[in-house]
Amino acid sequence: MSLVLEHVTRKVGPLVSIDDISLDLARGTLNVLLGTTLSGKTSLMRLMAGLDQPTAGRVIFNGVDVTRAPVRGRSVAMVYQQFINYPGLSVYENIASPLRVAKLDKAEIDRRVKEAAELLRLGGMLGRLPQELSGGQQQRTAIARALVKRADCVLMDEPLANLDYKLREELREELPRIFAKSGAVFVYATTEPSEALLLGGNTAVLKEGRLVQFGPTAEVYRRPSHIAAADVFSDPPMNHIRAEKSGGMMHFMGQVLSADGVFSRLSDGAFTLAFRAHHLGFAKTSASAIALSGTVAVCEITGSESFVHIEAAPHRFIALARGVRHDAPGARVDAWIDPDDLYAFDAAGRLALAPQHGKG
Amino acid sequence: MARITLSALAHAYRPNPSAPADYAVREATHVWENGGAYALLGPSGCGKTSLLNIISGLVTPTRGRVLFDDQDVTQLPTERRNIAQVFQFPVIYDTMSVRENLAFPLINRGLRGAAVQARVEEIARLLDLSRDLDRKARGLSADSKQKISLGRGLVRPDVAAILFDEPLTVIDPHLKWELRSKLKEIHKTFDTTMIYVTHDQTEALTFADQVVVMLEGEVVQVGTPQALFEAPDHTFVGYFIGSPGMNILPARIENGHAEIGKARLALGRDPVLPPHAKIEIGIRPEFMRPAAPGEAGLEVSCQRVEDIGRHRILRGVCDGQKLAAILPEGAAMPPEVLRMSADAAHIHVYADSRRVR
Repeated sequence: MSLVLEHVTRKVGPLVSIDDISLDLARGTLNVLLGTTLSGKTSLMRLMAGLDQPTAGRVIFNGVDVTRAPVRGRSVAMVYQQFINYPGLSVYENIASPLRVAKLDKAEIDRRVKEAAELLRLGGMLGRLPQELSGGQQQRTAIARALVKRADCVLMDEPLANLDYKLREELREELPRIFAKSGAVFVYATTEPSEALLLGGNTAVLKEGRLVQFGPTAEVYRRPSHIAAADVFSDPPMNHIRAEKSGGMMHFMGQVLSADGVFSRLSDGAFTLAFRAHHLGFAKTSASAIALSGTVAVCEITGSESFVHIEAAPHRFIALARGVRHDAPGARVDAWIDPDDLYAFDAAGRLALAPQHGKG
Repeated sequence: MARITLSALAHAYRPNPSAPADYAVREATHVWENGGAYALLGPSGCGKTSLLNIISGLVTPTRGRVLFDDQDVTQLPTERRNIAQVFQFPVIYDTMSVRENLAFPLINRGLRGAAVQARVEEIARLLDLSRDLDRKARGLSADSKQKISLGRGLVRPDVAAILFDEPLTVIDPHLKWELRSKLKEIHKTFDTTMIYVTHDQTEALTFADQVVVMLEGEVVQVGTPQALFEAPDHTFVGYFIGSPGMNILPARIENGHAEIGKARLALGRDPVLPPHAKIEIGIRPEFMRPAAPGEAGLEVSCQRVEDIGRHRILRGVCDGQKLAAILPEGAAMPPEVLRMSADAAHIHVYADSRRVR
């Protein structure tokens, strides 16, 4: 089984919702569609499912052109953000429903339902009604129903978005294991970089209906080919500094530095230096570290970490600190970035420099 | 502005409650100081919204009293409690301008003239709404509308408290920090008692000086964000705050050590344990470290390592229990079986889920 999109475009009136996307998704792979709201994730999934048809381009399942085939003509299963279950049916019957439609025999249905329930840890709940379940259990029921069909292609559209974060944490941990046992083409849409990283597999970064980059997830995260991919694949967003290299010097934020070390790998010109929040620290850890000073706007505390928002007009930086930090809004702080942790993107947004140490 | 006292307060939605599980809010007394920023945090169904509704007057408690300073308001309806409320969805008049929306609560109370305008402009400045003052509210973005709701709450200078019920639900994730920062600033400027209900730990910990963690109708800890992270009073707080949550392992405590299966960890103290209690230890994944040479440690079999970018999470099993440890970014793959430990200060002891000092 493979799912191939060839130069797929979809226009709705004057609006281009999907703009010339080509993707080749192989059997047994997990493919994350990563992008902000309205980046085209759901539109693309609807084209894959056959719920919508492309204005141009082809959709190919297992070498067969299904571009004009409706949903029923494709072997797909979908899981949505809202948990959708039949309220009047037990968990067992909810999971069994696609198999009953397919008229499988009773013993086979029973075997498959129990197998899916086992995989999703719903074993003890088969007799209950959806309303008696927690949100996480309801969504697990919806996922079990999608898996039990053994569709060639399973599409999941932000399936964890409506769950509270502890349930999200648990299901995220389980999903790769569930995918590994299946063998279908999995497509999973999310807005969250950390979710993409946890799921692994491949990631397609989408922005404004276009495919920015597609590749193994860790590689896209560490070597974003374009600044747009770097920004989407960063939460909080990448910090940016406008910089220019000329005459062997780096100019940025009113500072002038000799362009040695990593900067020697750049040619002359304008760049955006970019770095993730966890590389901006409050201690000078290397001799070449660059100081970025500003005032604290707010400390967002997640529990085990704090995101410190720093105003340094015209820039705004976010630094990640371990533990709880309570800098008062307005307090002055010095933050430090090691040049080895910097990305640089040229004036066209293309990657010109990436950290060499496998971090980023 | 007021100190809020909940005195021997309990609430049940069903008649004739008897067992603890019959109560949406179990009996407790709390005093929330004037000018404090409090967050009520917990999973859905924990009772946090019930508690907020009792304070706002939407719900009359089954037992106990609600005091604003020394005034008993238990039986007073919402409109006589002099509080401001901000809900999940913006509550504004779409056809009015931003200025008219902000002035409305003052006009409604019979105020007129220059004082109203001055106050409206002050609030608009604080919320970065000055440029939009004469625009209709209808065309504004969700975050601007929510700022207007907030402004309508702040504009009356004499409110006893401002209550927030998941106010950032409809705000785009990328804009949330701005409103969080605004809320902080506002709390600092106005010194009003603020109570904020959320299921989102980041929101609670960012907003509040004191976080009230609830579970099944019971307040299990009231503490600073730091206290909730470093010294959770209840295993639920350890689990709920932090990602991944705290490792909880069944243990025996003896001679200043915790025994977990065959392994021993030094505690450097002998906590006094209640008899017949279920004893566990808790260690945050952030404080797990490789055991030093010669140090007894936990034998952890590594099942997988998750790379989440800024660090890695080792998922393992120790004595049949799941265990997580944070490894630095770029850390080498650990061996299949490794010995891990933690400093005594980061090992907490729990008896029947409650921390024993």
